[in-house]
Amino acid sequence: MSQIPALIPTLLLLAALLSLLAGLKSQRAGYFLALMGAGASFLVSVLGLVEVVSSGQAIRYAMGGWIPPIGIEFVLDHLAAYMTTLITFIGVVVFIYAPRSLHFESPGKATFAYPSMALLIAGLAGMTLTGDVFNLYVFLEIAALAAYALLAIGERGGPFATLRYLLIGAAGGGFYLLGVGFLYFSAGTLNMADLSGLLPELMENRAVMTAAALMVVGLALKMALFPMHFWMPDVYHNAPTVAAGLIAPIMTKVSAYAIIRLFLDVFPPGFFTETLPITATIGWLSAAGILYGSILAIAQHDYRRMLAYSSVGQIAYVGLGIGLANPIGLIGGLLHIVNHALMKGLLFLIGGAVRLRTGVTRIPDMKGLGRSMPWTMYAFVIGILGMVGIPPTAGFFSKFYLLLGAVEAGAWIWFAVIIVSSLLSAVYFFRVTEMIFRDPGEDPAETSREEGGEKDETTPDHPQGDPPASMFIPIAILAAGVILVGVFNFVIISALLERVVAPLGG
Amino acid sequence: MDQLLNWAPLLAILVSALAAVAIPLTGERNRNLRETWTILASILKFGLVASMIPGVLAGQRYGVELLEIAPGIELALRVDPAGLLFAMSASFLWILTSFYAIGYMRGGKERKQSRFFSMLAVCLSATIGICFSANLLTFVLFYEILSVATYPLVIHAGSEKAYRIGRQYLVYAITAGIALVGGIALIYGVTGTLDFVPGGFLDAGAGAPMLWTIFILFAIGFGVKAGVMPLQSWLPNAMIAPTPVSALLHAVAVVKAGVFGFVRLVGYVFGPELFGDMGAAIVLATFAGATIVLASLIAMTKDDLKARLAYSTVGHLSYIVLGIALLVPQAMLGAAFHMVTHAAMKITLFFCAGAIYIHTGKKKVSQLDGIGRQMPITMAAFGVGAVGLAGVPLVGGFVSKWYLAAGSVDAELLIFLGVLLVSGLLNAAYLVPIVTRAFFRSSEEHPRFGEASIFMVGPIVVTMLLSLLLGIHPDGIFGFFSVAEAIVESVTGVSFSGGG
Repeated sequence: MSQIPALIPTLLLLAALLSLLAGLKSQRAGYFLALMGAGASFLVSVLGLVEVVSSGQAIRYAMGGWIPPIGIEFVLDHLAAYMTTLITFIGVVVFIYAPRSLHFESPGKATFAYPSMALLIAGLAGMTLTGDVFNLYVFLEIAALAAYALLAIGERGGPFATLRYLLIGAAGGGFYLLGVGFLYFSAGTLNMADLSGLLPELMENRAVMTAAALMVVGLALKMALFPMHFWMPDVYHNAPTVAAGLIAPIMTKVSAYAIIRLFLDVFPPGFFTETLPITATIGWLSAAGILYGSILAIAQHDYRRMLAYSSVGQIAYVGLGIGLANPIGLIGGLLHIVNHALMKGLLFLIGGAVRLRTGVTRIPDMKGLGRSMPWTMYAFVIGILGMVGIPPTAGFFSKFYLLLGAVEAGAWIWFAVIIVSSLLSAVYFFRVTEMIFRDPGEDPAETSREEGGEKDETTPDHPQGDPPASMFIPIAILAAGVILVGVFNFVIISALLERVVAPLGG
Repeated sequence: MDQLLNWAPLLAILVSALAAVAIPLTGERNRNLRETWTILASILKFGLVASMIPGVLAGQRYGVELLEIAPGIELALRVDPAGLLFAMSASFLWILTSFYAIGYMRGGKERKQSRFFSMLAVCLSATIGICFSANLLTFVLFYEILSVATYPLVIHAGSEKAYRIGRQYLVYAITAGIALVGGIALIYGVTGTLDFVPGGFLDAGAGAPMLWTIFILFAIGFGVKAGVMPLQSWLPNAMIAPTPVSALLHAVAVVKAGVFGFVRLVGYVFGPELFGDMGAAIVLATFAGATIVLASLIAMTKDDLKARLAYSTVGHLSYIVLGIALLVPQAMLGAAFHMVTHAAMKITLFFCAGAIYIHTGKKKVSQLDGIGRQMPITMAAFGVGAVGLAGVPLVGGFVSKWYLAAGSVDAELLIFLGVLLVSGLLNAAYLVPIVTRAFFRSSEEHPRFGEASIFMVGPIVVTMLLSLLLGIHPDGIFGFFSVAEAIVESVTGVSFSGGG
């Protein structure tokens, strides 16, 4: 049991290595090994989640037997269990989806894609599990490098967008690392638990304040918090579907996780809220980001760019939860991590399926998909209902808790922002829905009822129908998840999230 | 038995949800089987609702708490007189609409019939959910589902115009929904609870700015669906939907969900006392009163029959809102009863309009000269509905209007008595000429007798009889009047048992 925290990333790292070696001989073997690794790490994560919830205790593991703070510690507590389960779950789902999609979008590159995917998931899981601020940086870079590799196999614009992302990512990592350095020189330790014991005495220390600021700025860049989001649309636009399907749902969220971890468990209470106005700053930037992302999403004609701008807005909901800095608000933000991961993963995977069947990526060309790919489009409707926040989908509840948090904090402007943004996302998502459910080749002129009788004859423009099972099953799983997480959101809250936000009191 | 009946509200919601799944799976090829699902679900649903009437009148409150859906808030159902009244009228009229819709959709060779029947069933599930919600969060959950599920019905025609109207519909509906969610968040922040309580649970301690913000958000949220001016413009446009939708959803279920929201808001959230003290009642009553008069005036100018009926609906919905906002028992009783009588009368008129359209292709009032000779049953039913809406005795509309008028005297707001009287005249002026035209003007076009299909005429006759029965013996069928009395008693504490 106590090895679980280390086991999760180790399994994935091992899988990445083996997958690469085997993949050089046989692509199938490489895929199989990577899938096994992802599946095993997901099972272990679930096991750990159950263990943590039932015992109420965090599972700690000292790497190499070196006792912390000398050695590196891996900690599976409620927050980490929440995150790793999500990360490995999305990982498995995207792995199931990957072969057909990669074969179509990036033929011949799959051999290297599978190890990169495993490495990316390993890095993200490691970030959430480590109990060491420097080790977090190491995993952050592992994830980043894997992401660059995955993105670069994308379309023509891909390598260039990736280069830009690489520069930004390196800057973000650099800021964070610099902050870690300042912290180490002031406190003399890198272990999170140790730091949280030492830092209360150093609250007025300039170096510690600088450290906190640098770390948060670095992570905010990685999180694509407005106005540090500018790298994202190009990256998503040119990415292969599997890369976008992994990076959009979980990668930015893990950076948000890291900020929440620093806020709740590393720096002393009140440090992020009073000593330095970090949470308030994040909150205001998020409020701006929500509006900015939603408005620009309306202006997009390309499906993936629309999703990218929507992500700028959606990640800002998590930021708003941090900004509210009260239990219910932060619960809303944390819940939105899972909600948005499911919804955005779903929408990207659907985009990939549509591309596979029709080659279409622009919204105006999506006419008639409701007829040619009906089941995929039902899943799509669930996804957009979630994005708009219609109950009982998950999206409704995170927004509702954020609203409750805003009421509690008396943050009326943020309250208004959440309300307005729901309307804006309704505008851009229902626009796509309307397009999808139009009849293909429908005459734009008035169609009166008299002609309606003939309309039922199907003239299939795209004869291929719904995607193959290996792509549709992941889509169906995510769509079901959007509803189930909504209906049973309180189970997640009472089992995990209430414990996570306990440091905030209340 | 009572134990079992606790599950009745949940089953009443689920039965049409199941039908909504079964319908598309059965599909166009087995359309008789497909229609069986609709009919079966509607009858079962009404049976389940009706089975609770005696218990609820005796003071029972059936219901279940399903699961905690947010900290301290259950997804919970509870049947009280107010919800029961609305559920009774909606589910009973769904049976008739189901038959009617079969006649209409087949007669008109409409497209995408599976989607149509499936979405209609979802709407009914959501409506019954709204009726039986025990708290605001459950309420808004179903309210939003209703908004979204109506959209495919509005764009049914699939024309560019339908999509444009669909967009407008969604903007209104989503705005309303999010305003409600905002209002609910405020209430939860202030009180820490969202459970409906007869007589209300908010108190003046929250402070006037907060109370007014809550009121405005809710007024937007419910006002859109209830068509209170200036939020009404989506409703006449939504008449582009097939007539069964206009009849059931846009005269009964959807729009009354908004009105019912006001019932919950005033009677079970604010409470009549606080609502009056803070001054919101008179504001709401003024908007409603203005809507009644303006809508009637606009209705007179419309030549399109369904558009005229739509504006008539806008006006009559505000009768109910006005009755609630007057806060006196008599007016509330009138309002509650008008929910039922207006439903019966207006659905009759829409059914007639649809029958005329499917049978003769005519949509405009000016084309109806002499049609009474061809479709006498339809036009007679239309006549009953028309005089009923104008408030002529022996039809249901008279009873509800009587109490509304008595209420405005009680409330010492005689201006609203004037509004009601003027509007009665206006109603007569825009509806009765249609009937006289049909019977007394001659035209070459309608020489011989020939009604629409029995699927359509049958429901028309039943709703006409229902309108008459409600006027002659208000408590005669299903105890509608007693349930309405029970609502007012639970909200105000005033008893009508001495005869009202």
